[in-house]
Amino acid sequence: MRILVCVKRVPITGGRMVLTADEQAIETKHLGFTISPHEECGVEEAVRIVEAGGGEVVVLTLGPEEAAEQIRDCMAIGADRGIHLVSSEEWDPQATAAAIADAIRAEDPFDLIVFGNESADAGGYQVGIRVAYALGLPVVTGLKGLTVDAGRARCEQEVPGGRDVYDVALPAVVSVKEGLNLPRYPSVPAKLRAKSKPLDARLVERPVSKLEKLRLVVPEGSHKQAEILGEGPAAAPRVVEVMQQLGVA
Amino acid sequence: MTLVFMESADDELSRQALTLAQSLGGDVRAVTIDGPYAPSVWAAAIVEAAGGDDIVGPGSDRGNELLAHAAAQLDLPFAANVSEIQGDELTRLRWGGTLLEEARLHSDRRLLSSAPFAFAPATWGQEVAVLTPSFGDGVQVVDHVAPDMGGKVSLADAKVVVSGGRGVGSAEGFAILEELAALLDAAVGCSRVVTSAGWRPHSDQVGQTGTKVSPDLYIACGISGATQHIAGCKGAKALLAINADKEATIFAHADYAVIGDLHEIVPAITAELRKVKGS
Ligand SMILES: Cc1cc2nc3c(=O)[nH]c(=O)nc-3n(C[C@H](O)[C@H](O)[C@H](O)COP(=O)(O)OP(=O)(O)OC[C@H]3O[C@@H](n4cnc5c(N)ncnc54)[C@H](O)[C@@H]3O)c2cc1C
Ligand SMILES: Cc1cc2nc3c(=O)[nH]c(=O)nc-3n(C[C@H](O)[C@H](O)[C@H](O)COP(=O)(O)OP(=O)(O)OC[C@H]3O[C@@H](n4cnc5c(N)ncnc54)[C@H](O)[C@@H]3O)c2cc1C
Repeated sequence: MRILVCVKRVPITGGRMVLTADEQAIETKHLGFTISPHEECGVEEAVRIVEAGGGEVVVLTLGPEEAAEQIRDCMAIGADRGIHLVSSEEWDPQATAAAIADAIRAEDPFDLIVFGNESADAGGYQVGIRVAYALGLPVVTGLKGLTVDAGRARCEQEVPGGRDVYDVALPAVVSVKEGLNLPRYPSVPAKLRAKSKPLDARLVERPVSKLEKLRLVVPEGSHKQAEILGEGPAAAPRVVEVMQQLGVA
Repeated sequence: MTLVFMESADDELSRQALTLAQSLGGDVRAVTIDGPYAPSVWAAAIVEAAGGDDIVGPGSDRGNELLAHAAAQLDLPFAANVSEIQGDELTRLRWGGTLLEEARLHSDRRLLSSAPFAFAPATWGQEVAVLTPSFGDGVQVVDHVAPDMGGKVSLADAKVVVSGGRGVGSAEGFAILEELAALLDAAVGCSRVVTSAGWRPHSDQVGQTGTKVSPDLYIACGISGATQHIAGCKGAKALLAINADKEATIFAHADYAVIGDLHEIVPAITAELRKVKGS
C-alpha cells in the first residue's frame, strides 16, 4: 500500500491566545509547534498499515520552511518520505486543496490519502473533501475506526450515539479523528533515522484568496471571577451546598 | 435567497442555522433529507434544490461535511462555523472557538455553516421540504454500531462531568473521581495528557479534539485550563475547578474554586455528599 498523510504545522498555544501587533497571526515567539492530534493519529494509522502489509508512507505539508520540523516528527513515527510545499503566505482552504491535489497528481498513485478531520487552527473542515473531488476519489470523514483489507476500506465514522460504517473501494480519501489509535512516542533511534529520510521541498505560488482573512480577534473572556469555596478538604461542605443550589446533588 | 439544510425540523443546531439564514435578508427555504446517509448524494440534492441561492447548514459534523461536499461540487468557497455575518464580511471560529477570525468571502454565493450556539434557535412555522435523492454509486452508510455504555450516562449527555487532568497522577488515581461521579450520576471526563498517557480511553477526553460537553456542572480536577481543553467545556453552565496552583489558568474560566490537593479534596466531597444524602 502507498499511503499519503497531509499534516499542517500549528503553534502549541497553552493557556492564552496572544496575537501579533498587526492581529494577523498568533504570537509564536515563545511557543513550540506541532500538528493536530487528528493528523498525528493519521500518521500512526498509516505507519501501522504499512508495518503490517508493506508499502510506503509519505507525509505532505504546505507551510513555511520551518514546517520541515513537523515532517521530521512524522518520519520519527515511521513515515518514509516527505513532500514540502513551501510558502510563507496564508492559503485559503480551496487553494490549499488545489495545491495538494496538484502535488498528488505528480506522484505515482496512492492507495489511501489521509487527512485530519479539521485542522487545529483554521478548522475549515474541507481540505480532504475538496482534494477527493479534484482527484475523483471517494471520501469518508471523521473516522474513529479503519480496517484496510483486499483493496477495500471499512470506515467507522463517529456520530452522536455510535458509529456509522462505510465500505469503500481503494483508492480513497479519508479524514480521521483523534482516538483512532494511541500514537507511539518516537524512540531516540527513530528520531535519528528521521533526519536522513528523503524530503522533497519545492516553492509554490499562492493564488488569490476567496476566503480572505482580515484579522484575528481573541474572544472576550467570560470575565469570570471564581468564587473561592475554600482551601483543602475543609471546603467540602461549601462544595456540596453549591451542588445543591445548582440542583445536581 | 437562502436554502437551509436542517438535520431535522426540531434539531437545535439546525434551528440556529435558520437564524443565521434569516439574518442574511431575503427569502429562506428549509430542506431536510430522508434515507440512508450518503454525503456526496445528499450534497448534490442540496445543491440542486438551492438553484443559485446561498446555502446554510448547522455547524455539526454532518452539516460541515455536507457544506464542504457542496462547495467542492460547485467549486465555491465555504466558511465553516460562522458566528456573525454582514454582507461578505464574516466572523468565524478558529481553534475550536478560542480564537475568532474576521474574513471576507469573495464569491457571489455564500456557503456557510453556523457556529454552534452563536445564534438563538429560530422557530420555523413553515414547511420543511423533504428531499428524497436517488442513490447511485455514491459512498453511503452501510451499517451502524453503538457502544455498550453498560448503563452509564454518556459524556455528551451527562448533567454533571467529573473530569481529571495530569494532577490525578495515574490511571488508579481516577478511582476517587469515579466514586464521586457515581454519587452524582455523572460521567467521568479527562484532559489530553491523561489519554496520551493511556490512563483513560480517548472517548473520555474533553476538548477541541475530544468531546464537547455542556453539563450543568463541570468539575475540573488537576486540569490547568489550556485553550484546547476549555474549547470542550466552555458550554458548561457552571465550572468548579480544583487545583493545587492558585495561579492556574483554569480559575479564569471557573465559577467556583477550591485550592489544594485533589487527592484530599475529592474524597472529602464524596464523604460530605454521602453524609448529606444519608440524612
Ligand atoms: C506560511 C503560512 C502561514 C499560515 N498561517 C496561518 C495562520 O496564522 N492561521 C491559520 O489558521 N492558518 C494558517 N495557515 C494555513 C492555511 O490558511 C490553511 O492551510 C488553509 O486555510 C487550509 O484550511 P484549513 O486549515 O481550514 O483546513 P481544514 O479543511 O480544516 O483541514 C483538514 C485537513 O487538511 C489537511 N491540511 C490543511 N491544511 C494543510 C496544509 N497547509 N498542508 C497540508 N495539509 C493540510 C490536514 O490534514 C488537515 O487536518 C498558514 C499557511 C501558511 C503556508
Ligand atoms: C491542536 C491541539 C489540540 C488539543 N486538544 C486537546 C483536547 O481536546 N483536550 C485537552 O484536554 N487537551 C488538548 N490539547 C492539549 C492541551 O494543550 C494541554 O496540553 C492539556 O489540556 C493539558 O492537560 P492537563 O491540564 O491535564 O495538564 P497540565 O497542563 O500539566 O496541568 C496539570 C494541572 O494539575 C494541577 N495539579 C497537579 N497536581 C495536583 C494535585 N495533586 N491536586 C490538584 N491539582 C494538581 C497543576 O497545578 C496543573 O494546573 C490539545 C493541544 C493541541 C496543540
